[in-house]
Amino acid sequence: MIELSTHGRGFNFAKPIVARIWREADGNPTDRGECVLLTDRVPNAWGVGYRAVLTTRTVEAYEVPRTLPCIHSVRQLSHLNSGDLVVMRPRSGHIRTLFRPDSNYNALLATERCNSFCLMCSQPPIDRDDSELVDINLEAIRLMVPTPSSLVITGGEPTLLGDDLFRILRELRDRLPSTDVHMLTNGRRFAWPDFTDAFNESRPPRLTLGIPVYADNASEHDYIVQARGAFDQTIQGLHRLARYGQPVEIRVVLHALTVPRLTHLAEYIYRNLSFASHVAFMGLEVTGFAKPNLNKLWVDPYDYRNEIAAAVEHLAVRGMKVSIYNHQLCLLDRTLWAFARKSISDWKNVYLECCDSCQVRSECGGFFETGLSRVSSRVKPL
Amino acid sequence: MPRKFQTPEAFGTAPHSYHLLPFRFCRLNQEQEILVNEAGEYLIAASGTVRSIVRREIETGSDLFRSLRARHFLYDDQSSPLLDALATKYRTKRGFLEGFTRLHIFVITLRCEHSCVYCQVSRQTPDRHRYDMTRETADRALDLMFCSPARGLTLEFQGGEPLLNFDLIKYTVPRAKERAEKAGKHLNIVITTNLALATDEILRFCRDEEIDLSTSLDGPAFIHNANRPRPSANSHELTVKGIERARDIVGHDHVSALMTTTRLSLSHPKEIIDEYVRLGFGSIFLRPISPYGFAVRTLSRIGYDVPAFLEFYKTGLDYIIRLNRQGTDLSEAYAKILLTKILTPFPTPFVDLQSPAGAGISVVVYNYEGDVYASDESRMLAEMGEKTFRLGNVSDDYQTIFGGDRIRSLVESSIVESTPGCTDCAFQTYCGGDPVFHYATQGDLMGHRPTSAFCRRNMEIIRHLFSLLACEDAELYRVFFAWIRERRVRDVYLEPGL
Repeated sequence: MIELSTHGRGFNFAKPIVARIWREADGNPTDRGECVLLTDRVPNAWGVGYRAVLTTRTVEAYEVPRTLPCIHSVRQLSHLNSGDLVVMRPRSGHIRTLFRPDSNYNALLATERCNSFCLMCSQPPIDRDDSELVDINLEAIRLMVPTPSSLVITGGEPTLLGDDLFRILRELRDRLPSTDVHMLTNGRRFAWPDFTDAFNESRPPRLTLGIPVYADNASEHDYIVQARGAFDQTIQGLHRLARYGQPVEIRVVLHALTVPRLTHLAEYIYRNLSFASHVAFMGLEVTGFAKPNLNKLWVDPYDYRNEIAAAVEHLAVRGMKVSIYNHQLCLLDRTLWAFARKSISDWKNVYLECCDSCQVRSECGGFFETGLSRVSSRVKPL
Repeated sequence: MPRKFQTPEAFGTAPHSYHLLPFRFCRLNQEQEILVNEAGEYLIAASGTVRSIVRREIETGSDLFRSLRARHFLYDDQSSPLLDALATKYRTKRGFLEGFTRLHIFVITLRCEHSCVYCQVSRQTPDRHRYDMTRETADRALDLMFCSPARGLTLEFQGGEPLLNFDLIKYTVPRAKERAEKAGKHLNIVITTNLALATDEILRFCRDEEIDLSTSLDGPAFIHNANRPRPSANSHELTVKGIERARDIVGHDHVSALMTTTRLSLSHPKEIIDEYVRLGFGSIFLRPISPYGFAVRTLSRIGYDVPAFLEFYKTGLDYIIRLNRQGTDLSEAYAKILLTKILTPFPTPFVDLQSPAGAGISVVVYNYEGDVYASDESRMLAEMGEKTFRLGNVSDDYQTIFGGDRIRSLVESSIVESTPGCTDCAFQTYCGGDPVFHYATQGDLMGHRPTSAFCRRNMEIIRHLFSLLACEDAELYRVFFAWIRERRVRDVYLEPGL
């Protein structure tokens, strides 16, 4: 578990600031104007020229030059390293990490709004104007050093941004053309030809879209995502994307509503979405909406071991690329281990106590820190 | 006020309210029937299912209903029929039509040193002038070949024994390659040869020019030599040696073999298959002869009826599957083609089982004397005096040959979607038309299905494959997909995802 946010008290700025962390102990940066200085001192004239400053000290506004945005009284700073990108918020004094150069799990949060309302959503949508995120993301992309090998765009539903999403995609295309970009979307808006045409004009060269398909039929899928017409839109959107040769990954979250027809879903994917570059079967993250809906959703992964084995085999023998995400090796048939990935983002990836003695712990994906309230009763060290 | 979650019923559909999409069906056995949609997706269901569907008796909340809807057999008011998706699947399946004529066969000589029992066309003669294709004819055939819009072309040299006119191969290959390069087309070159005359020099030429070799192997020596007589009665020995040398020089994967089933073969499926395994082939094609046009006496010696062939085929297929289960990788080519049609959303490039038939629109034959025919069988019929399927001559222009009345009538008469007996056949999407066969055997391009050997054979083979698929045996599916994907059975499943 890695901290990604902290806070203090801010002044001298009115809009969110995106900047690169620079620890004072690391000497003088060459690009001060892009950096936020981390210090234990009272920021003074020597700090001018930095984009902002963070200090553990408690200071009064008059002690700091007016042109130097500042958050003070920051209690927890140890998780921040030189090179990390953060966004600082003026009123709340909140400091959120946007990017860590050493991590393979960097993500841009496009928006918290969504046009679906999935029963197991791990990050429930928030219906408010968060369009300020667009500029934050654009600035983050400009400041990313070194060029990340991979980057995720997540939400909410990124396509709700419309033209602003295309601005972000063009920024990625122009500034980070060698980065593997993975955008998580429900794919519904791609059913509209104009939208997909515009998307096609903007997309970065190494973009994959991760799009969930939860059933081989509309009524089950629409129920799971709580949106009438969603299935039809997603399937039409996928086909429209395929016409442009846009690589897509199909994502299936496993729970009580998807497990019973899993092999049928696999056949549907093979027959209708054979252009997909990858299919991922994902374990349920028991957080967000999954908690209040757990009685509708929970199946012990041990109890669906045969269903997941059959679905993986169904697609794999047909030559489709398949992965299993968010599953522990002790719950999977050994023949499936080759398909299991360590997929949980490093900052929320944990193991149980009993895992300490496990021989394959280092190959195992472990658990969501956020989802420990309900885990399989069959977890055991191997 | 937090938003409330809605119940499943809010997304369901009214009981028994649904609409049908086009599909066809037939009985598989006493307990089961097969339903097949326009895109070749199938469902094996309990007998009586079709009747229940039509009478609107299927529960909309049932698993069966969901499967029927997912496979585009029907749709309801809750969801769009997703006709675009169905159209995409249909178009994908018909991908073989894209690009028009891909396979161009050059019959560069009728001369041959073999006198095979099932061959009607070869000549044992030293007269080069009469039976060899000239350079002028080959040039003109290349002109026509490169008029084809296909992005990928295959140039196949046939005979007779084409190596008897190897000079023409040496003349034609660089010219074909130069034109492919200029036109930006992908070009495959194949020589169909008995390999008896394949010298190291010829094989090195094939290696350097990346030419694939297709030879004939009918089984072990006692069958092969009986089917394929030549002076010294040593065809089998020469073929096996030829295969070995060709693999050494040209490469193992560039040498394939075809077998033809004669009456003698019928009682020896295992011996024939074992011979292919012994010689290290990854595939065998249990191929019937097309015994039309033979004299009654010949036919009584080499021919057989459909049930006899089917028994041979099923015994052979069963044995091949068993070999695969035991770790020997060998596919049966015809089953592989049909299974690709049945089990995958993709088209097959096999020109002898498609609708409309491949004759002319997928394959064309330039005969040694310059006449252009719709297929290999067409020019064989022509050698017996039946020139119905002559599309023209290499001296004609492309439009006359490939846009003329002959080719149009071949297409019209081989669209199984509208052929009597095929329109409502459950296996329609997997099958195809064969106007040449039906003209030769029944005197009519369209033919009469109830008495058609072509229909009977394909119906029964497809039905047999379905009864194997109905067993839901995971290991069998691995074997079948290993064939379809041209992998080893043990590699087909345990491939890491990424």
